[in-house]
Amino acid sequence: MLPAKAYIIAQLQKDLLKLSGMKPAGHASDLPKGLGFLKDHLPQANFPTAAVHEFVCANKEGVAATEGFVSALVSTITHPDAITVWLSPGKTLFPPAIKLFGLDPDRIIFIQLHQEKELLWATEEALKCRGLAAVVCELQELSFTSSRRLQLAVEQSAVTGFILRVNPRKLTATTCVSRWRISSIASETNGMPGVGFPKWDVELLKMRNGKPGSWEVEWKENRFHLHEHIAAVEPQLHRKTG
Amino acid sequence: MPKRFVAIWFRYLKTDWFVRREKALSKIPFVLASPDHGRMVVTAVNPLAEQEGICTGMLVADARVIIPSLNVLDDQPGLPEKLLGGLGEWCIRFTPIVAMDLPDGLLLDVSGCAHLWGGEQLYIEHIHKRFKELGYHVRMGMADTIGTAWAFARYGNGSAIIESNKQATALLVLPAAALRLEPETVERLHALGLRSIQHFINMPLSVLRRRFGETFITRLNQALGNEEEMITPVQPIAVYCERLTSLEPIITLTGIEMALQQLLETLCNKLLHEQKGIRTACFKCYRVDGKTATVEIGTNRATVNSKHLFKLFELKLSAIEPAFGIELFTLEAKRTEDIVSSQSTLWQQTAGLHHTELAELMDRIAGKFGAHTIKRYLPAEHYWPERSYKAAQQLLEENNVTWKVERPRPIQLLSTPAPIEVTAPVPDYPPMLFRYKGTLHKVIKADGPERIEQEWWLQQGQHRDYYVVEDQNGARYWIFRLGHYTDENYQWFLHGFFA
Repeated sequence: MLPAKAYIIAQLQKDLLKLSGMKPAGHASDLPKGLGFLKDHLPQANFPTAAVHEFVCANKEGVAATEGFVSALVSTITHPDAITVWLSPGKTLFPPAIKLFGLDPDRIIFIQLHQEKELLWATEEALKCRGLAAVVCELQELSFTSSRRLQLAVEQSAVTGFILRVNPRKLTATTCVSRWRISSIASETNGMPGVGFPKWDVELLKMRNGKPGSWEVEWKENRFHLHEHIAAVEPQLHRKTG
Repeated sequence: MPKRFVAIWFRYLKTDWFVRREKALSKIPFVLASPDHGRMVVTAVNPLAEQEGICTGMLVADARVIIPSLNVLDDQPGLPEKLLGGLGEWCIRFTPIVAMDLPDGLLLDVSGCAHLWGGEQLYIEHIHKRFKELGYHVRMGMADTIGTAWAFARYGNGSAIIESNKQATALLVLPAAALRLEPETVERLHALGLRSIQHFINMPLSVLRRRFGETFITRLNQALGNEEEMITPVQPIAVYCERLTSLEPIITLTGIEMALQQLLETLCNKLLHEQKGIRTACFKCYRVDGKTATVEIGTNRATVNSKHLFKLFELKLSAIEPAFGIELFTLEAKRTEDIVSSQSTLWQQTAGLHHTELAELMDRIAGKFGAHTIKRYLPAEHYWPERSYKAAQQLLEENNVTWKVERPRPIQLLSTPAPIEVTAPVPDYPPMLFRYKGTLHKVIKADGPERIEQEWWLQQGQHRDYYVVEDQNGARYWIFRLGHYTDENYQWFLHGFFA
């Protein structure tokens, strides 16, 4: 391909990103430390902030794993002074444990609402607020319409949204930029007794303008570590969901 | 600006109220009476009974001689205060400063109000008409001083307006009692032949003082405007209060929203000039039928952002029921605080909890769902897991203690530990199997025990031995044994889920 043509294509891709509601990427190699394994699967090799990400979890163990992964992700991609709002239907999160994932529990504002409708309203309001870095919401159902409202909200404010869908009845199409599934897997102990660092099976089921993938990731010393031996297998199965 | 006052005299305050409650009473003569020294004494008379010659202070027995079929109703103690208080608040639609004038009148400070109704004559007529619609017989006087207004309400011919600075000449023809004097003083004046004010107004003050006392001079000076007189408003005047009257009663939500927007903008501008911000504000809608609907909002931080305040009110506006229409809106800043004007854009990256938009978001959520739904947690210096954190008293509370990260803690903690069935091999070893909610979990890896003792100064009970366990699926749990292994009644619980 001619260099000029390649340049035009790259420009067009950038424009497409802009048109699909994503912020133009600053520098291509801006990925925060530890997230390097995602590089080839992200649009422009940049983690999409100012977008809504969807996490699917099936059971209580899955919710715990996802909450841990999201806390770690938020701490990796945001400024340490930034404020996060965490919306949930009940009180389950144990604040002192969040610190283990690098996120300051006293910089999180917890909002507990019982009804899904109330949660969605509050999430949308929070996503519109420029004073926040991230908004995490634990929900069961997310319709296409409501996901679109959330997406429109973040396009104005540049807040990153994380929707944790706990035990959803049906995985319908949403406008979320990505869909993930996180599950805990046996930790590494290297032959030592005891339980090792948190380790997850991170499945990226879909990523708009990116590629799906699956990794085994460990959280230690306040950053993500990829387990190289089963690196980035692209499961054919998940392609269809994207 | 010269002061203007209106005195309203309710000639038949109590009987009019009884007629309002029962229409049938308007056609028949009736009196109110209360027991006094074993007799029934007439305390209020309606116009029909008065025409027949019955007056207050008469005995009911005497009154029955004049009209044998006279209706006698029980008087209620404290009724004038109650009625005048209510009427006074109702009168706030005419002027913000209304005072009770017991036992049967109201005083209105109407300085600068009359022109809003197109002049003093129209203003007085309007008030008169509205009271007539309510069913009250009123007589009014308007003058520069309270004393003169009072005198013309009670002793003038119908409703009188005394022009500015004309009170001295106008008062001349009125009887001495019009000066709000004690009955004894009036009697003494009559005995001396000084029946109307013109007979003594030109006498030297020292002479009058010697014969009739200091109060007499005060009353005379107050009527003439030589001495200032204060009134106590029924509702304390709010420092930051805006009012908006509507030409026609408003019954639509759009109308209410427009009124609120207009009021908010005026109030916020006014506050901004004085470097103040609203903490609590109260929006009142005065309805045509005499009721008021009130909506109140609070903010986390003093603000003069009218758009934000409007959003807070908007959540509650649907609670206002306009009924037959709203004729007056008032917006009052009940609590204000000084604001420091901030450089808005420069500090946004590091503003953190002090960010304006964040405070506004919290206001909106607190306004819609209640402040109890918003929580922020700070570390507490306790090892007992349930007590290792506490809710912050305020959203902006500073954190002085560091979070402890030495020991593993689960990301999800059950509020009450769930009992589990366990197979454990030897004392103080982690279990091999446990059953939680019917599912069997095989423990592959385990860590522990971490013994956490009860804090005896807070709570009595057994200690907990915590284990971190990982099952065959790679899920990690936090389980504990309550009590010693050697005890008969030790128990196992699941307390949390690790990420």
